[in-house]
Amino acid sequence: MKLHEYQGKELLRKHGVTTLAGGAARSADEAVAVAESLGGSVWVVKSQIHAGGRGKGRFKGDVADAVLAQVLEGVDDLPGKGGVRVCMSLDAVRAGAQAMLGQTLVTKQTGAEGSLVQTLFVEAGCQIAKEYYLAILLDRATSRVLVMASAEGGTEIEEVAEKHPERILKEWVDPVVGLGAWQARRLAFGLGMTGKTVNSFVKLVTGLYRTYDGIDASMLEINPLVVTASGDTIPLDAKVTIDDNALFRHPDIVQMRDLAEEDPAEIEAGKYDLSYVKLDGTIGCLVNGAGLAMATMDIIKFYGQEPANFLDVGGGATKEKVTAAFKIITRDPAVKGILVNIFGGIMKCDVIAEGVLAAVREVGLSVPLVVRLEGTNVELGKKILAESGLAVIPADTMADAAEKIVAAVKG
Amino acid sequence: MAILVDSNTRVVCQGITGSAGAFHCAQMLAYGTKLVAGVTPGKGGTSFNDSVPIYDTVADAVKQTGANASVIFVPPPFAADAIMEAADAGVKLIVPITEGIPVRDMVIAWRYLQGKGVRMIGPNCPGIITPGQCKIGIMPGHIHTPGRIGVLSRSGTLTYEAVGQLSRVGLGQSTAIGIGGDPIIGTKHIDALQLFNDDPDTDAVIMIGEIGGSAEEEAAAWAKVHMKKPVVGFIAGATAPPGRRMGHAGAIISGGQGTAEAKYQAMEDAGFHIVRSPAEMGRMMAQVLGRL
Repeated sequence: MKLHEYQGKELLRKHGVTTLAGGAARSADEAVAVAESLGGSVWVVKSQIHAGGRGKGRFKGDVADAVLAQVLEGVDDLPGKGGVRVCMSLDAVRAGAQAMLGQTLVTKQTGAEGSLVQTLFVEAGCQIAKEYYLAILLDRATSRVLVMASAEGGTEIEEVAEKHPERILKEWVDPVVGLGAWQARRLAFGLGMTGKTVNSFVKLVTGLYRTYDGIDASMLEINPLVVTASGDTIPLDAKVTIDDNALFRHPDIVQMRDLAEEDPAEIEAGKYDLSYVKLDGTIGCLVNGAGLAMATMDIIKFYGQEPANFLDVGGGATKEKVTAAFKIITRDPAVKGILVNIFGGIMKCDVIAEGVLAAVREVGLSVPLVVRLEGTNVELGKKILAESGLAVIPADTMADAAEKIVAAVKG
Repeated sequence: MAILVDSNTRVVCQGITGSAGAFHCAQMLAYGTKLVAGVTPGKGGTSFNDSVPIYDTVADAVKQTGANASVIFVPPPFAADAIMEAADAGVKLIVPITEGIPVRDMVIAWRYLQGKGVRMIGPNCPGIITPGQCKIGIMPGHIHTPGRIGVLSRSGTLTYEAVGQLSRVGLGQSTAIGIGGDPIIGTKHIDALQLFNDDPDTDAVIMIGEIGGSAEEEAAAWAKVHMKKPVVGFIAGATAPPGRRMGHAGAIISGGQGTAEAKYQAMEDAGFHIVRSPAEMGRMMAQVLGRL
């Protein structure tokens, strides 16, 4: 589960990490009120969306479509204003808030559709002397948590990783010990920090690890982590993702979920414990098992069409789950055909066949449907479909199924 | 004798009285697996299906029955604890089937297993089967046939698909192993390839990968130097967009890492016989072995 910056920083503060003072706002009035309460003469007003690259993003309707296309390509110094604005007066805070709230921000990470800005984060300004990159995440190769830091702050870390991997410093954490202060110091000196900045950094990074560990994060990215003119370190941004499997022990974090940032169909699928991801193609897929579901998408592409979704009904699919899955797939107007691919192991094919029929009878069928069943009770399953009188196209193998649905969609 | 499990493997099930545990234990018994004990804290002294004794602790089960492998159906919040309990009791092969264990718990459990000489398969996996001898997990036993092809994959149903295709072209399996879809798993592709390479009863291997991580690349790099047997390879998720998790917690392309194309290239570089269509795994294996 992804969090907004303001939520992430709230969690950091709960774990003793010092951040700049700030507050969330859902209207221009609220934004001004937050700025007033913070005091000072410089404020930063930031769009709260789940995607990164906000500063370099541009708003739909504010700039030409050609500029938005350049945003997606990662071009710098484009005309127009971004999703993060430095304001030198309360009037500027109001104007910035009005210009961003309710508008759609396109960044390199949102894709062309962009993301609607419904919340702003108003934060006190600070004097930046230098920017760094820091991330905490799981390293699969060692099955340990990894702290990565780089002096190339503010830029895309992927670029640094590709061109100058030696510029990324890494420390692996022993889960029994936690992140050692000596490890944080090694990072600080490696990054070229000196004087009181080293101690400030050590305090910050060990606090960040404590947060990561305490909230069951799967990713905590601070980009940029800045050193201020006075030599202190500050997490200027915070991108936090929580391990979905661990949400059961964090009811306070579950409350932070922003459904507006998620695809409605994916939310609906989640209610039925279905794993669904909307894609751009035209052939809907209903499959049991994540690996087979991906392979089914691939074979559709192999035969020249694109999948409309990833959908795994799971191992214990019931008639109700299959029906819900069908409804979600058919609601997508881009779907021109449906491929059901079930390898019934423990799940019996006759039960699946009944589920498919029940779903078709309930939601109707306006596009071609190919069903491939394999495994336990396959003959009975096929018989049920054949005798149903419904226009279900049966298939024997994955290749057979893919060829048939691709042909049917082409008409 | 295939890899890791055979007719001499003595299995204890942790979580045998839960609905999934009970169902799959009945299936394992029916397949002929030597399921010698179950563990459910507080239900020690009772029995499962009037034939398998249940103990309060894994240590008791091991002491009384000589169990040397554990299959775990314990719910996610308690699964990491179950893994560590099995290791502490001296069980050398641990197969957690449980899906949805928090990563933080697994980081700690994995640390605990180091130095104990334990082999873990999974978690979030279908398990392991040596056809005709021993089935530990949730795969449908009847689709498998004894033979000399090793099958290695993260996922359940895609493994069944490969097994089904092999059986259709008349090739049986030495052992089929589903290593699991989580970011932290005990047996990676490279480990399973090594085991198959050293197994005199395996002639060739189907290795199925998935987008995300770099385990397939690591396995291919090892195989390029050491693998003596032909490998047929497929990668699932070539059509998956970056940044989106495809069901499995580990199946995500992030920061340009973990793409299907990079994995295919590594496999090609290692001399694997790759197939771009998942329907071609069995046929390609038959072709490689000169059966077509």
